[in-house]
Amino acid sequence: MTDLAISPARSQRRTGRIALRWLLYTMLGLFALYYLMPLFVMITTSLKSLEEIRTGDLVALPREVTFDAWKTAWSGACTGVQCDGVRPYFWNSVLIAVPAVSISTLLGAMNGYVVAQWRFRGANIIFSLMLFGCFIPFQVVLLPMARILGLMGLAGTIPGLIFTHVIYGIGFTTLFFRNYYVTIPAELVKAAKVDGAGFFRIFWSIFLPLSLPIIVVTVIWQFTQIWNDFLFGVSFSQAGTQPITVALNNIVNSTTGVKEYNVDMAAAIIAALPTLLVYVVAGKYFIRGLTAGSVKG
Amino acid sequence: MSPILEINNLYKNYGAVEVLKDINVSIDPGDFLVLVGPSGCGKSTLLNCIAGLEPISGGALHIGGRDMTHVSPKDRDIAMVFQSYALYPTMTVAKNITFGMTVRGVDPATKERKLAQVARQLQIEKLLNRRPGQLSGGQRQRVAMGRALVRDPKLFLFDEPLSNLDAKLRVEMRTEIKALHQNLGASMVYVTHDQIEAMTLATKIVVMKGGVIQQIGTPSEIYNRPANLFVADFMGSPAMNLIPAKARSNGEGTRIEIARNSGKPIVLTDARNRGLPEDVILGVRPEDIVEPDLRPGRYVQEADCVVDIVEPAGADTFVVMQLGGRQVTARLHSETAARPGNPHRLAFDLGKVSYFAPDTGQRLN
Repeated sequence: MTDLAISPARSQRRTGRIALRWLLYTMLGLFALYYLMPLFVMITTSLKSLEEIRTGDLVALPREVTFDAWKTAWSGACTGVQCDGVRPYFWNSVLIAVPAVSISTLLGAMNGYVVAQWRFRGANIIFSLMLFGCFIPFQVVLLPMARILGLMGLAGTIPGLIFTHVIYGIGFTTLFFRNYYVTIPAELVKAAKVDGAGFFRIFWSIFLPLSLPIIVVTVIWQFTQIWNDFLFGVSFSQAGTQPITVALNNIVNSTTGVKEYNVDMAAAIIAALPTLLVYVVAGKYFIRGLTAGSVKG
Repeated sequence: MSPILEINNLYKNYGAVEVLKDINVSIDPGDFLVLVGPSGCGKSTLLNCIAGLEPISGGALHIGGRDMTHVSPKDRDIAMVFQSYALYPTMTVAKNITFGMTVRGVDPATKERKLAQVARQLQIEKLLNRRPGQLSGGQRQRVAMGRALVRDPKLFLFDEPLSNLDAKLRVEMRTEIKALHQNLGASMVYVTHDQIEAMTLATKIVVMKGGVIQQIGTPSEIYNRPANLFVADFMGSPAMNLIPAKARSNGEGTRIEIARNSGKPIVLTDARNRGLPEDVILGVRPEDIVEPDLRPGRYVQEADCVVDIVEPAGADTFVVMQLGGRQVTARLHSETAARPGNPHRLAFDLGKVSYFAPDTGQRLN
């Protein structure tokens, strides 16, 4: 370095860099605001009384915070003739999502393990077909699925919905696990075979313990898909077995007279809460799992 | 003594592609067999066939006198060390070593005893609670060896176990494997593409190319009497000089004439070998072309050669010249007077030369 003083050109460049930084942050801030605005409106509205909503400003903070709307949404709002709130449907969704997520994740892990590490004749074709399953729109399977559920005697039941979500999810979960397991050296399986381990032993003792990142990714993906599903829920359920998304729709669309925006907002937040929670708790692993490539021995 | 491993007429196909053709190998207890060849020659596939990890398409395979052709890997009484070590990433070193025993339901006391014994033998006692990710390359290598040793198998299989180590560590581990073999007296099959590893470790070498065995023999047989041009060229560093020459029998033996770019051809007389065809390829190791005063002997013949390149390599100096249209390397002592561009008197030791047929590549003498 010969010149310790900051030359005009360099200081100009510095100012330019800072300006760019500020521009960037302002842009990002604006986008964040844009995305968070609806959530803000939902939360504030759910905490206002109907009176205040009618007279006040949409984006204003509540003058008086009240949880009445939440109480009503949880246990008192009417979905058509019944007025039990979203509570029973929330539990329906839990009863659907938890087994459907677990089963589809486990089956995906098993499928991925077979397709990636136990190469058999036609493995690629089968994997391609499963991959194809990911691209079939929901609407296409509605009628055949209804027929199959009817034949199985599962029409309108929670096990029927679990079955539907498991079948529809296997394509994705298999893809996730297959792509993860493909990076694991084949010599690991060979070593385990020489050690005397069989198909399931290798899966349980060696592959599953390695799979935490991809299990997290798959669980988040499947949970979000299944919890937020509306079409299967509305098509394959009946009065007592509807998931929360369907109940939310009914609450919002079947009210007569004054629209209770605060109750609608509270119900919508309750419906979205579990997926939000999953992201907050496991989001870190989600990013890590998506970018996780090789497994270092 | 019945052979510990016997392979008869083994074939291996992937679809229409023949990967291994008519493999016949047998080794005695205590042998260290090295499968060596360029990449893609089928040596690793052969090892996997021996392990039972690849089904074989034809032929038979016996280990310890038992027919193992269709037996699964775990029942073959073998242990294997892999190139990538293939340690189970989520298990500790101790669990890695004892995994096989856990699978077979060995009682905990025996497991502990064997683990302690192997850990002491390989000096990895301090590593037992670590995971593979926390170990260096050399330590992983040891753990992989430990996993094999703890089985106390009839046959050890090694699949290029040193190729992931750096040069210095590789030489150390090579010596250690050799010591292990001597101490245990165990039978081993070892795959490598490194001909020096093959020479130093083996009691018996199998040289392979394109799925076909080129030669089976002791390191000295392979080195001194290569069966064909491929083996001659592959084994040894620097490689054997393969010089096209004309041979004619006369009263004293065979007159070998090597053409040069300029000047008269070199004429050497081989008193040992007779009945060679007219066109031959003369195979001479670089260490058999030396300074005249250093190599006395009945079959040494001298000639002047113009040196092109001089390469000092510490203990030796290699000089390169043009003979018979090929680059020929000679191994001279480090203080040689040879200078590039100048003629230098060299002694050819014809007592140790090989002759090959130019068309088939097969050995003639």
